[in-house]
Amino acid sequence: MKFNDLLEQTFSSLLANKARSGLTVLGIVIGIASVITMVSIGQGASGTITSSIESLGSNLLVVMPGMQRGVGQQVSSGRGSAQTLTLEDAQAIQEQVYGVENIAPLYSTRLQVAATGTNTNTTVSGTTAAYSMVRNVAVETGIFITDEHDLAKSKVAVLGPTTVEDLFGEEVISEDVLGQKIRINNIEFKIIGITAAKGGSGFNDQDDVIYVPLGTALHYFAGNDKVSNISVQGESQKILDQVEADITALLLERHKITDEASADFQIMNQADIVESASSIAGTLTILLASIAGISLLVGGIGIMNMMLTTVTERTREIGLRKAVGAKKNDITVQFLAEAVTLTFIGGIIGVALGWLASLAVSHFGGTATQISLLSVLLAFGVSAAIGIIFGYYPAWRAAKLDPITALRYE
Amino acid sequence: MVIILTFEFWLIFMIECKDIVKIYKTGDIETKVLKNISFSVETGEFLAIIGPSGSGKSTLMHILGMLDTPTSGDYFLDGKNVAKYSDDELAEIRKAKIGFVFQSFNLLPRTTVLNNVCLPLVYAGVDKEEREKRGKKVLSLAGLEERYYGYHTNQLSGGQMQRAAIARALINDPAIIFADEPTGNLDTKTGQIVMETFQELNKNHGHTIILITHEQDVAEYARRIITVRDGQIVSDEHNGHRAVEILKRKSKV
Repeated sequence: MKFNDLLEQTFSSLLANKARSGLTVLGIVIGIASVITMVSIGQGASGTITSSIESLGSNLLVVMPGMQRGVGQQVSSGRGSAQTLTLEDAQAIQEQVYGVENIAPLYSTRLQVAATGTNTNTTVSGTTAAYSMVRNVAVETGIFITDEHDLAKSKVAVLGPTTVEDLFGEEVISEDVLGQKIRINNIEFKIIGITAAKGGSGFNDQDDVIYVPLGTALHYFAGNDKVSNISVQGESQKILDQVEADITALLLERHKITDEASADFQIMNQADIVESASSIAGTLTILLASIAGISLLVGGIGIMNMMLTTVTERTREIGLRKAVGAKKNDITVQFLAEAVTLTFIGGIIGVALGWLASLAVSHFGGTATQISLLSVLLAFGVSAAIGIIFGYYPAWRAAKLDPITALRYE
Repeated sequence: MVIILTFEFWLIFMIECKDIVKIYKTGDIETKVLKNISFSVETGEFLAIIGPSGSGKSTLMHILGMLDTPTSGDYFLDGKNVAKYSDDELAEIRKAKIGFVFQSFNLLPRTTVLNNVCLPLVYAGVDKEEREKRGKKVLSLAGLEERYYGYHTNQLSGGQMQRAAIARALINDPAIIFADEPTGNLDTKTGQIVMETFQELNKNHGHTIILITHEQDVAEYARRIITVRDGQIVSDEHNGHRAVEILKRKSKV
């Protein structure tokens, strides 16, 4: 049997029962469209998470104080609560580790902050000028902290937009805030800048913050030179693991710890965070896709149901075709072609519909979506496979019909 | 003398059945539908197999038409024993050598007359242009007017449908045409026309025709009549003048 004859027969059989074919295709359309939409939402979420982690800074390592257990000691203070990192550690990293582009030690604490008539409790972060580069902090109005402020222990502050709202109200014009005085822990600071909004990552609002010079913070709020963490920006993604290893070695030496397992600090590598976040997003995508997959499965069963009905209805036709010389294979191919054509048409419409749906989701729902070529190809592959899998059994039933019985079927 | 020489050339029969037995099993009960049937058919014969319902004539036709295989016995078609052929091998022979005309026509609905007639050639892999050329030829041979070729089969009368079915049986230029109660669904007048068409195809075009019927007057159109009863051949008679001639020729061989 020639291919164009097969095609012609397939379409004439399918068109002979338009309503039934249409409804069966609809099942596949819904299945494929929901798979495409769900996967695009999942991948969009994964993209959002990754870019939000990358907004923290690029090629970033964060050195955080850890806990230290003495020999035989079972009790530890919580991770990060120890004060094991000092300003000198930061300076040593900058001077001795190769591949460090920028370094920004940070002292962070929560303090009461008051403006005229209002007050709030917020995170006060003492840091250096490099912090804006390392952690991607952009200043919208005014300037960020400079090295001169740090050296001079100037009482200046850069506010996050949320803090500005909390202290001066939502209506305030940011230029008006510049130069105003606020009191942090009852010490008067002058506002020199407002950062651009960064949005929150998780429960942590990155805009609810006040940056002050590190020297000022250590002098007025900490009273010692212990820092909360040190952000290190590597020169490139490639050498980040090497930089991490070098910092570990340096700090172990400085803290006189021989066993790496009992280190009193830990280093978070941004790549690791991205990786674990994407694995979460991946799981989410799989979850969404499998829910959508169920509807695709139901669509497939619809195909099988229709094809079984068709085979029963056309028993006499099958008998005749066999009588005039159709082999088993000819019959199998004919019915399989009908099933695959249905799923293929369903696949095409489904991809188009799924695409529109995910565009609509990102347009109206505000959730980013991302359609990958892979998911489109996968949807096509799956729909063709469903045609073959669910079409095979009815086609096999048709092919094994006995011609005599089939011809006499009423 | 000339006749005898011609005949020696045809020593191999077109169809030769030897001790054909067909047993159907329903659960534990075995029904012997055909009991040691033996006969042979020559090229160009017009043979009627007649018998009451339940006599086994349809089963015999199915085996002869290679829609079924015998439980035991040998069936030689053109000298080849096809009794043990597989389904696909039988399909291959049906495609090349056999045409069927059924009582209930078995035309595809929602399909044009021409496409119905051309269907066997689709499986033979003949391209569309050639198919339609041959389709039109056999349709005119079967006596259907050209204006009906584009009709859907459900728009035709019974006689027209059977003519289309005959055309379909002719399209692969078969060695044998099997007609299973071809007049069963037709009125007497149309039935006569159909039978005359068969006679014409046999006489003027040399097609071998095997007709299955339970009506004596339909069988009368054939030149040889085999009567089957209870799975056995009870008589094998030659009908009319020409049939007697064949008998004479045969006895000389």
